[in-house]
Amino acid sequence: MAKPEIGKGQLTGAERYKAGVIEYKRMGYWQPDYVPKETDVLALFRITPQPGVDPEEAAAAVAGESSTATWTVVWTDRLTAADLYRAKAYRIDKVPNSPDQFFAYIAYDMDLFEPDSIANLTASIIGNVFGFKAVKGLRLEDMRIPVAYLKTFQGPPTGVMVERERLDKYGRPLLGATTKPKLGLSGRNYGRVVYEALKGGLDFTKDDENINSQPFMHWRDRFLYCMEAVNRANAATAEVKGHYLNVTAGTHDEMIERAEFAKELGSVIIMIDLVLGYTSIQTISKWARKNDMILHLHRAGNSTYSRQKNHGMNFRVICKWMRMAGVDHIHAGTVVGKLEGDPLMVKGFYDTLLQPHTPVAPELGFFFEQHWASLKKVMPVASGGIHAGQMHQLLHYLGEDVVLQFGGGTIGHPDGIQAGAEANRVALESMVQARNEGVDYMAKGPEILAKAARFCKPLQHALDTWKHITFNYESTDTPDYSPQVTPAR
Amino acid sequence: MHENPRNMTQGTFSFLPPLTDDQIKAQIAYAIKMGWAINVEYTDDPHPRNTYWEMWCQPMFDTKDPAAAFMEVQECRKVYGNMYIKVNAYDNTRWRESVALSFIVNRPKHEPGFHVIRQEANSRAMHYTLHSYATEKPRGDRYK
Repeated sequence: MAKPEIGKGQLTGAERYKAGVIEYKRMGYWQPDYVPKETDVLALFRITPQPGVDPEEAAAAVAGESSTATWTVVWTDRLTAADLYRAKAYRIDKVPNSPDQFFAYIAYDMDLFEPDSIANLTASIIGNVFGFKAVKGLRLEDMRIPVAYLKTFQGPPTGVMVERERLDKYGRPLLGATTKPKLGLSGRNYGRVVYEALKGGLDFTKDDENINSQPFMHWRDRFLYCMEAVNRANAATAEVKGHYLNVTAGTHDEMIERAEFAKELGSVIIMIDLVLGYTSIQTISKWARKNDMILHLHRAGNSTYSRQKNHGMNFRVICKWMRMAGVDHIHAGTVVGKLEGDPLMVKGFYDTLLQPHTPVAPELGFFFEQHWASLKKVMPVASGGIHAGQMHQLLHYLGEDVVLQFGGGTIGHPDGIQAGAEANRVALESMVQARNEGVDYMAKGPEILAKAARFCKPLQHALDTWKHITFNYESTDTPDYSPQVTPAR
Repeated sequence: MHENPRNMTQGTFSFLPPLTDDQIKAQIAYAIKMGWAINVEYTDDPHPRNTYWEMWCQPMFDTKDPAAAFMEVQECRKVYGNMYIKVNAYDNTRWRESVALSFIVNRPKHEPGFHVIRQEANSRAMHYTLHSYATEKPRGDRYK
């Protein structure tokens, strides 16, 4: 067997295991000569060390604290093949334009992790290490999951293509709306919104993330009224439509009970919130595969740790984990709407969800090449402050495999919810038609919409109502590399 | 109250005014340019879960001329002008291997649509099924 590579200044043998405290980088956690194996899990961290801590030591500390290390030397390491179990920081890059930060590349042997368990993977990678005192800030930017480990995961229960086949909807983005107001509607009133929006032309309606089973509307009541609405709308349009019934609950058993009831009523789709936790997400994903149910994930909570650049984790890593854990839909940004989303960052999220393979592309935040090993595609969902007048931009930035969700942009229509839904559907179909005909639809978007509004009054009224609405704020989560710059390899 | 004008809105462009022949040809040309195979299907049973409409012809994997593909639409209309006809564009590349675009190019003159049949079950649960008025008659006698 080849001897493991040991970096400069590394201690070995009796010297390495003398009781006491030694620097992480001299304990085997900093190995600049290490060549990652095809089967290693790789992670890229943005590290802001405390003053006086050099980059190698900080990177080694992160590798150590996310794998085998504790604060002092322990002789029991010597009972193991410790070189294997130690994570290895193997490369450090400066962060462009941020002198106090750097990127550290860390490799983990695949055997550090339990197969088919996001909970176990993340307990190491984003576990104790994020509270470690020697670093002021730490952010997980990207991961490379080896094919061998990916293959232990089920992935999305349905996937984009099978979802389209089940719904019989091709060649255009899907349309949805979140029922508003978020809180307070009774089951009967809630179902009214669902019926109007679906009958008017949307493919999906949605529970909001915080609609579970509150005093104003208990879950069974919601499910029953929503399914009446869905089936009435199906009959009115001869289409397959759905309402994302949120099965998020306080306990695991309660969640499954709600999912079973959704199935009994014939729903094609259920929904969960990210705050369920990874174990529950994987459980309901397997239930969904077994029961032919599309699984929608609302990313409630993610911005608490994904938005700021100096600490937490990038949302693209959440996208990776969720494709592994197995969801069919995930909210991934709108570019033009009311929520955070730099265009390049959002493209990185969408590619993570939809591509079979992503090459290294620092401008998108891809620090590693990733092969997806036939895991199905996840449908990204664009939701939050979007309206029919932006249809050309939405199609341009987000493409065809996406659910465009116009909540306010449907329900807030001056002529009512059905009119709002129809305006969105007509705007979408006209834009897709123009794109397919080879029209420069980004340049001529407003013209295309105006033309369609001549035969569709509701679209005209939508355009009149929201024509000046934009959300031009600077993003906080932006790429560190501009598309022109190729970083040193 | 505003109500959408149609009661069968399957397909990519059902909310637009009926496509003209030139518009249909433009969509076919786009599909062929994308490398997709055109096929034409018809039915007198437009239930949303009726996956298998009758195939007018085999998918035209080798037809690169949009006019030739459109001719099949016209031929199908001549025979089944009283039924639903759609154009499908099939993409056989890895990771899709499915329909990429699908739109209606012919409708019956009269579209009676569907209604919901409810079967009441325990605890207010309801089992729903869609019923097509047209399929009350046997094949061949529908949409006349």
